[in-house]
Amino acid sequence: MKKVGNHNSNSRKLFLSLALMLTFSLTSFAQDATPAAATEAPVAAQGGDPVKGKELFNSNCAACHKLDAKSTGPALRGIAQKHDMAWIYKWVHNSADLIKSGDAAAVKVFEENNKVPMTAFPALSEGDIDSIIAYTSEVKAEAPAPVPGTAVAGSSDQGGISNSVILGALALVMAMLVVMLFLVNNVLRKVAKANGIEVASKTPTTPIWKAFAKNQFLVLVTSIFLLLASAYFVYGFLMQVGVDQNYEPIQPIHYSHKIHAGDNEINCKYCHSAARVSKNAGIPSLNVCMNCHKNIAEVAESTATPEYSKAFYDEQIQKLYTAVGWDKSTQSYTGKSQPVKWVRIHNLPDFVYFNHSQHVTVAGIECQTCHGPVETYEIQKQFAPLTMGWCINCHRKTDVKMEGNEYYTKIHEELSKKYGVDKLTAAQMGGLECGKCHY
Amino acid sequence: MKRVYKITLLFGITILVASCHNNSAPNYQYFPNMYESVGYETYSESNAFKNGKEGQLPVDGTINRGFVPYEYENTPEGYELAKANLKSPIDSLDRSSDKGQALYEIYCISCHGAAGNGKGKLVEREKFLGVPSYKDRVITEGSVFHVVTYGLNAMGSHANQLSAHERWLVADYVLKLRSQL
Ligand code: HEC
Ligand code: HEC
Ligand code: HEC
Ligand code: HEC
Ligand code: HEC
Ligand code: HEC
Ligand code: HEC
Repeated sequence: MKKVGNHNSNSRKLFLSLALMLTFSLTSFAQDATPAAATEAPVAAQGGDPVKGKELFNSNCAACHKLDAKSTGPALRGIAQKHDMAWIYKWVHNSADLIKSGDAAAVKVFEENNKVPMTAFPALSEGDIDSIIAYTSEVKAEAPAPVPGTAVAGSSDQGGISNSVILGALALVMAMLVVMLFLVNNVLRKVAKANGIEVASKTPTTPIWKAFAKNQFLVLVTSIFLLLASAYFVYGFLMQVGVDQNYEPIQPIHYSHKIHAGDNEINCKYCHSAARVSKNAGIPSLNVCMNCHKNIAEVAESTATPEYSKAFYDEQIQKLYTAVGWDKSTQSYTGKSQPVKWVRIHNLPDFVYFNHSQHVTVAGIECQTCHGPVETYEIQKQFAPLTMGWCINCHRKTDVKMEGNEYYTKIHEELSKKYGVDKLTAAQMGGLECGKCHY
Repeated sequence: MKRVYKITLLFGITILVASCHNNSAPNYQYFPNMYESVGYETYSESNAFKNGKEGQLPVDGTINRGFVPYEYENTPEGYELAKANLKSPIDSLDRSSDKGQALYEIYCISCHGAAGNGKGKLVEREKFLGVPSYKDRVITEGSVFHVVTYGLNAMGSHANQLSAHERWLVADYVLKLRSQL
């Protein structure tokens, strides 16, 4: 009995720590929910309208200026404290003139920023500029500061941990129940023995397996059944050798198709641009990433999910910067780059020839037909089995796109006469010939 | 008691086998040397080259087939010259086709929007700001081609995604959009 007592105190400790963890993760969720509105007291500069200012800023200035970080031009938050309004009007209307006139402040700013000229905006009225400055004078909305102590429970993959903790706890409880039942049974038996009560013992009968072994017909049927079943499983096992369906390796940069192709609706071919014109779809070179990521150095708060935090995503973008050699603080390339070793997922054996442009451009098949709902994948994986049967099935079912393709007019006439059909499938056009895929 | 052991053993083995299946590692192959040939594959690592990569830059001074030199420089002066002098070589058949639109909808639409008003998906979601409406810019065929080739400030170069001919198709479509704004 002593043993059981020990066990209990252990489990109490476990429960206690579980409860502790849960409360902590609850408090940290509550933290996230507190609105950050309290600090947003606008300091309107000279009666400009910050809402209109934001619009003007986003369409005219945001290409080169950010509020809090250097981009092509310097950060503009609180710029009204640095210069007086008259200077800012002149600067925005035509900064080159101001620099030429020898204004000390203007020359200094120009030289501090590697002498990049700023576009002149003679069309903006002083009222417009007031609005822009009112927008840049707004106090930054502070993110809620993390409370020390929640850090343990609030680590990056919180959702995952608490789920598996709960499951683990349930399993533990089950195991304890089983053990307890066993012990109770033992104790009862002992009590019964001590009190001299006879526990009913089983009367000896022929065990069921002996009866079974004597019935030869049953044995035959079962062994046939067993053989068939194991043949089925062995066949299934052999057939999946060499098939990598659902393969999802860990990539060197956690790049999410869901965020790019899903949420932001970037076209697949923007990045996999070679799919239009060549055999390979190609993994984009990093200069393509930098078309956007020169400007997108971090993700928005709203992009983070319980599974992947903002800090995690920002670190991934930083990995991209390290690989291309982009220095965020000076907004320039350092010239020190290193290749990103993406792990290849789809890979046909070398004895098969598959061409993307034939399927994407000529046949007009959507990427999703073969690669699945990629725009929902946080982590890229292989959707199709890529077996020969898969290719052949589709060639049997899919019609060739004849319209607007002069190359096909003659062969279409001849073949449709031969098969007596209106539309031709890829198979009828020769898509089943071994030599088309193997040579 | 013995039965209990046997059952646990069976369970253990099943779980062990099931947990061996791991989606982050590739599956076994029958005859690996049929699948992975000696010749190098696209994007593979390879000892055939000094830097260990299959993907190589062309040797200095080589020119692709069909290459047409582009003589305007990537400077503000080059931009002005291109705007004033550069004319499109494409013919009326290309101008009336919808190829330019198809390309625009792949490469430009996320930032510039379907109508060219600077309100693409990325701008709407406030991920990428400062995209102008074409109407607010003084642009010509030549200047659009120049900007797509080299990029301009926050906009990057699209020359490695679009061939010279395709850039002309897109430039033509941009002016079409601009005239409708
Ligand atoms: C083409 C890019 C570009 C655009 C667009 C642009 N700026 Fe600038 N801006 C710069 C650069 C670069 C500097 C730094 C000075 C220099 O090198 O000319 C600068 C400097 C400034 C400064 C002085 C900053 C300081 O720290 O003293 C102000 C104010 C300013 N810009 C306001 C604006 C406003 C307002 C707009 C929108 C109407 C705007 N800018 C649009 C590039 C730009
Ligand atoms: C912003 C650029 C970008 C866009 C847009 C994009 N991809 Fe990708 N794609 C990548 C990168 C980078 C990789 C390599 C990393 C990986 O596998 O996750 C990749 C990998 C893939 C792979 C796996 C390649 C392999 O190794 O076998 C497939 C398939 C794929 N993308 C399909 C698509 C489809 C379909 C779309 C459109 C819905 C799309 N991609 C949109 C950048 C992009
Ligand atoms: C057309 C614009 C565009 C291109 C091209 C692009 N990105 Fe992004 N990227 C974005 C946007 C928008 C976000 C999300 C920002 C947000 O949510 O605030 C993002 C987010 C990210 C993130 C953080 C989220 C995540 O997916 O893990 C990484 C890492 C990233 N990009 C890597 C890349 C890489 C690598 C490439 C090149 C293959 C690339 N991006 C090309 C627009 C782009
Ligand atoms: C008919 C089916 C099919 C369609 C449609 C298709 N793919 Fe593929 N894709 C494949 C197969 C098969 C492979 C493996 C090729 C290999 O290993 O040689 C592959 C490989 C890839 C790869 C990685 C290897 C490579 O070739 O670079 C990427 C990236 C990719 N596809 C992207 C795309 C995109 C983007 C589209 C849409 C424009 C697309 N695919 C349309 C079947 C298809
Ligand atoms: C989604 C359906 C689909 C899948 C899956 C598919 N194909 Fe195709 N394939 C087509 C169609 C449609 C055509 C006819 C294209 C045309 O108009 O030339 C075609 C044509 C071809 C051709 C040229 C045939 C000819 O007559 O010239 C080859 C080679 C080919 N496919 C190989 C493959 C291989 C290898 C695979 C598997 C890895 C595959 N295809 C998977 C639809 C598919
Ligand atoms: C549409 C394209 C296509 C055609 C047509 C085709 N095959 Fe295949 N074949 C494939 C692909 C894809 C594989 C790779 C399957 C894999 O890796 O699991 C393959 C694999 C094979 C294999 C190796 C066995 C295996 O599963 O790895 C043999 C043998 C083979 N094909 C024979 C043939 C013969 C014989 C014909 C003509 C009757 C033919 N193939 C026609 C696409 C094709
Ligand atoms: C990643 C976002 C992005 C993409 C994609 C993009 N642009 Fe731009 N584009 C910009 C920005 C930002 C500017 C403003 C640059 C500046 O003046 O500072 C711009 C400016 C322009 C201008 C005006 C240049 C001038 O002379 O004033 C043209 C024309 C243009 N883009 C055409 C295109 C075309 C064509 C494509 C597609 C091939 C394209 N853009 C793709 C962001 C983008």
